[in-house]
Amino acid sequence: MEYLELFFKSIFIDNMVFSVFLGMCSYLAVSKKVSTAVGLGAAVIFVLAITVPLNWWIDQYLLQPGALVWLGPEYADYDLGFLSFIMFIATIATMVQLVEIVVEKFSPALYNSLGIFLPLIAVNCAILGGSLFMQSREIPTLGLALTYGVGSGIGWFLAIIAIAAIREKIRYSNVPPPLRGLGITFILTGLMAIGFMSFGGMLTGGEEESAATSIEKTEQAIQVDQNEEALDKEKELEENTTALNQ
Amino acid sequence: MALLSKKDAKLITDPLADNNPITIQVLGICSALAITAELNASLVMAVSVIFVLGVGNVVISLMRNIIPSKIRIIVQLIVVAALVIIVDLVLKAFAYELSKTLSVFIGLIITNCIIMGRFEAFALANGPWRAFLDGVGNALGYGIILIIVGFFRELLGSGTLFGIPVLGDPIAKTGLYAFGYENNGFMIMPPMALIVVGLIIWVQRSKNEALIEEN
Repeated sequence: MEYLELFFKSIFIDNMVFSVFLGMCSYLAVSKKVSTAVGLGAAVIFVLAITVPLNWWIDQYLLQPGALVWLGPEYADYDLGFLSFIMFIATIATMVQLVEIVVEKFSPALYNSLGIFLPLIAVNCAILGGSLFMQSREIPTLGLALTYGVGSGIGWFLAIIAIAAIREKIRYSNVPPPLRGLGITFILTGLMAIGFMSFGGMLTGGEEESAATSIEKTEQAIQVDQNEEALDKEKELEENTTALNQ
Repeated sequence: MALLSKKDAKLITDPLADNNPITIQVLGICSALAITAELNASLVMAVSVIFVLGVGNVVISLMRNIIPSKIRIIVQLIVVAALVIIVDLVLKAFAYELSKTLSVFIGLIITNCIIMGRFEAFALANGPWRAFLDGVGNALGYGIILIIVGFFRELLGSGTLFGIPVLGDPIAKTGLYAFGYENNGFMIMPPMALIVVGLIIWVQRSKNEALIEEN
């Protein structure tokens, strides 16, 4: 239950893009086509799933106040917390490099689809943000850290695919010239973020609620969302056709 | 401005408007938007980025001939991370409340794309003085957008500027509130930051049509 709750919370409520604006640079730059967006999104899930647990481990056994106690009782007073930025970013940069080499060696097909995105990811705020939020929210166990990493990755993946699909469509719409490209993307993201705010109440209900009902709820929510999206698309098409007819 | 030749001055003034890092180059949005609900936080963020980018550009520019190009990303990240740790510790020591508000977003300056972007595009190819000007110019361009967004969000959202009420007291119904004005609480919500930036882009591009993108 705890895992499930954190999982859905990190996908919908604390969505990396829509509630904390992390990874916006690549989100805006690589969302012109759905196919590339899928590649980058998958790479982000992959790297977050590796770096968040790894950084959790580093945080627990090296950085927190008193974390060095496993070396011996005389180390109990050390607090290396100020080093966390440098440790996290170094871990991320090396892991990304390592993952790139390993993937290239063992799975050329995967490398061809993910490879070009991996270097981009070392400086993606969503990755460092995942580790920093993991630290500041004091996630208690390794399993939960992994859940959090995968969940935030999936949230980011959803966001970039949604915006890429909309941007592919909007190419056929008559956007005011000054808003074309970047401007309309910002406003669309803002509107989507308002939509995602409605997930805010999803997990505030009864604590004793069984896991099953909460899954059901989310599934419903997803379905509603998809329906809405489909409706929006229909509307857009209609508008286009009327514009064409005119 | 006798110190600056015309070419050097352009390094500072260009990023302020026509080559603004946020609205034109689309860099550094990540850490920018979440903290603009208050003007105070925006200002501190802007100053921190000016410091990190100015100093970082000089450091990278001084080391540009000895950094092996294969590991340059890691070297750059370490330089930024060290500078950001300084900023973080200074804030924790002198403005603890504010550093709580900014929370992880100070740390996220490390992955602010403006910084890596300027290191790659400018500091690796130019001398320290010009790199410094370029860094300060770009960070100022970034800061200006942050402050504009922060200004509107705080003014319309909570009726204050820097935490000082400027539109009167909403509870005692003085000032503008006496005429039935209400704060728009929605402005403080995160999505409005995106929409405000979108509107800024709209205004800027309708003034300067050369910036309009093709669809």
